[in-house]
Amino acid sequence: MAIGVTNAPEKSKSSGSIINDPQVRGIFYQAITIIILAVLIYWIVDNTIENLRRANIASGYGFLRSRAGFDVGQSLIAFTSDSSYGRALVVGFVNTLVVAITGIVTATIIGFLVGIGRLSHNWIIAKLSLAYVEVFRNIPPLLVIFFWYSGVLAVLPQAREALALPFNVFVSNRGVAFPRPIFGEGAEYTILAFLIAAAASFLVARYANRRQAATGQRFPVLWTALGLLIGLPLITFLATGAPLTFDVPIAGKFNLTGGSVVGPEFMSLYLALSFYTAAFIAEIVRAGIRGVSKGQTEAAHALGIRPRLTTRLVVVPQAMRIIIPPLTSQYLNLTKNSSLAIAIGYADLVAVGGTILNQTGQAIEVVSIWLIVYLSLSLATSLFMNWYNAHMALVER
Amino acid sequence: MTTHEASFVRASMVEASPAPILESGIVFWLRKNLFATPKDTALTIISLLVLAWLVPPAIQWLFIDAAWTGGGRGVCATVAQGGSQPDGWSGACWAFVNAKFSQFLFGRYPMDERWRPALVGILFVLFLVPMLMPKVPYKGLNAVLMLVALPIIATILLPGGWFGLTYVETPLWGGLLVTLALSFVGIAVSLPLGILLALGRRSDMPVIKMLCTVFIEIVRGIPLITVLFMASVMLPLFLPQGVTFDKFLRALIGVSLFASAYMAEVVRGGLQAIPKGQYEGADSLGLSYWQKMNLIVLPQSLKLVIPGIVNTFIGLFKDTSLVSIIGMFDLLGIVRLNFSDTNWASAVTPVSGLIFAGFVFWLFCFGMSRYSGFMERVLDRSQR
Repeated sequence: MAIGVTNAPEKSKSSGSIINDPQVRGIFYQAITIIILAVLIYWIVDNTIENLRRANIASGYGFLRSRAGFDVGQSLIAFTSDSSYGRALVVGFVNTLVVAITGIVTATIIGFLVGIGRLSHNWIIAKLSLAYVEVFRNIPPLLVIFFWYSGVLAVLPQAREALALPFNVFVSNRGVAFPRPIFGEGAEYTILAFLIAAAASFLVARYANRRQAATGQRFPVLWTALGLLIGLPLITFLATGAPLTFDVPIAGKFNLTGGSVVGPEFMSLYLALSFYTAAFIAEIVRAGIRGVSKGQTEAAHALGIRPRLTTRLVVVPQAMRIIIPPLTSQYLNLTKNSSLAIAIGYADLVAVGGTILNQTGQAIEVVSIWLIVYLSLSLATSLFMNWYNAHMALVER
Repeated sequence: MTTHEASFVRASMVEASPAPILESGIVFWLRKNLFATPKDTALTIISLLVLAWLVPPAIQWLFIDAAWTGGGRGVCATVAQGGSQPDGWSGACWAFVNAKFSQFLFGRYPMDERWRPALVGILFVLFLVPMLMPKVPYKGLNAVLMLVALPIIATILLPGGWFGLTYVETPLWGGLLVTLALSFVGIAVSLPLGILLALGRRSDMPVIKMLCTVFIEIVRGIPLITVLFMASVMLPLFLPQGVTFDKFLRALIGVSLFASAYMAEVVRGGLQAIPKGQYEGADSLGLSYWQKMNLIVLPQSLKLVIPGIVNTFIGLFKDTSLVSIIGMFDLLGIVRLNFSDTNWASAVTPVSGLIFAGFVFWLFCFGMSRYSGFMERVLDRSQR
């Protein structure tokens, strides 16, 4: 027994070998990783410098200032082939933003409708929504884009036989032509009136909330806001002498002239992204609404709250909490999928970058611009959505 | 004491009378599911009208008016367009799909050598089907055949160049062959790599953790097409002069790395869902890190995230269609390539080809999602 006691400290000392110390091991593994990584990076940089020297490509972002020499099909800001590469990239970026934002809005609307439809008690609506989701979720977005582009939009009639829709909208295989509003003198007052109305509605809503919290009396916020938002700009518009004319597209002998034209590239990309992403949003919405436990609805009914108010005040706020995080990632997916534009020649950031890359061979610079832009878009969207999420999150007492 | 005198006592139960006509049968079903409220009735009628407006023309176009057989564009074009169909005709051109079918499967793989991808395909199905059925025994052997033997056989047979097989370079590969090969390798690589990345992201070692996090977040933040561009333009820059990678291999690397970042996030979700007690229990048993992960944590967490894993697989399968942008001919690419075949150019050829390709993609993805639902139920049952 005495022997055992005297041996004990010695034993624990011998088992504390430095090889078995998890901390030492950790440092060792990390050191090895860093060394391997450093060697790899050195090797890559060395090879790249050598390859660039051999191909006579000057690295750096100086090429952004030189003349682009190519034209961009559709751009919101002025661009000619004499503009610089840098401006071409900005045009591409704006186009990416346009298709992403319009796509997000449309996908959200379709997605919410279909998602709610899947929960409908109406058998036929539920089955139709299910069919929509199952069809679009399981087909590559690129294929949907091609379907719209070479399947539907390309077989539309030619421009001179364009389909005429109401309000002077013409649909042909060159895209959708619609009247372009031309703002005359004093139009800015209408916009100003609209802004004032928006601010006033916001204040009214806040006042109504406070009053209801304090006295229990309700205030017709929706109607007041609608009246303000529509009435005030309308009155201003008429008071300033209706300073708005339209440049209407006219079907000529060979082509439509005048008006604004949205090209088939944008239309197919926009439609495909909206329909494809909407299928995913629908599933998220369904999961969100189903995620609110039935007890919540029942409790609201027991308190005597009517079904419509239950939905608005009890179910939706809780469902949004479940919906928002995955919805964010769908928005990001849509933004990233907009890069499929390159397949049909819509001049988004990747398509313009690809053209520049082919012309100048500045692969590293162009790819780095892509990385920075897409990463910052991702970051901005997730920051905004995190803020919104925190705003909506459960406040635990 | 009064005794209750009962003149009649029923000895058997009364037969249950049938439910009222309005509470059962087809009338009840219709009332409950289609015409419950005025709003429901309106919705039902509108949907029925829309269906009546859409479905018969679609069936007419897809099946009744479709051109099923024929040797050229003539069967798919109207007289005015130089074909044999009456003016005003429009229908699917399945004759095009029919004529190009073997190209859609194998791409431009040489005719005489097509038995090779066909054989690999048959082996793939033979190994896969028993693998997917939970009741079939010898899962271990099956997995070895699927994940070790099949890739070896495929690497020998598909490119050739060994054992007297003629060499078939990858630009000639195409169609469903490329789509399936990319997806198979992508899935086989991204799952283990994703698990490693997820473990790395949750590691105690700051350097490993940072590297994994940076990799995952960057890859998830950018579109796949830029990753494929990087693989096709940047990779040659990074390698020494003279070392070249096959284009197919570059796409393979791009797709696999991309999918593994998404996989890592799915697996991380599973790892986080395991209670801390499981980790501590494993530690207190004296298990090493890898024993702890392999025996305790991963089996539980992977089971939790099967839907997410399959969703990533489906995403990867759909994403393989993007390689057609960097000039490879997967199923979508080869279908589009054939639009420019003057022998088949007609107004309805593109739609027909795309509908066919879409149907094939849909079949695979829908199959995968259905199988994942089935697997979830099987595993759920065993847990109870």
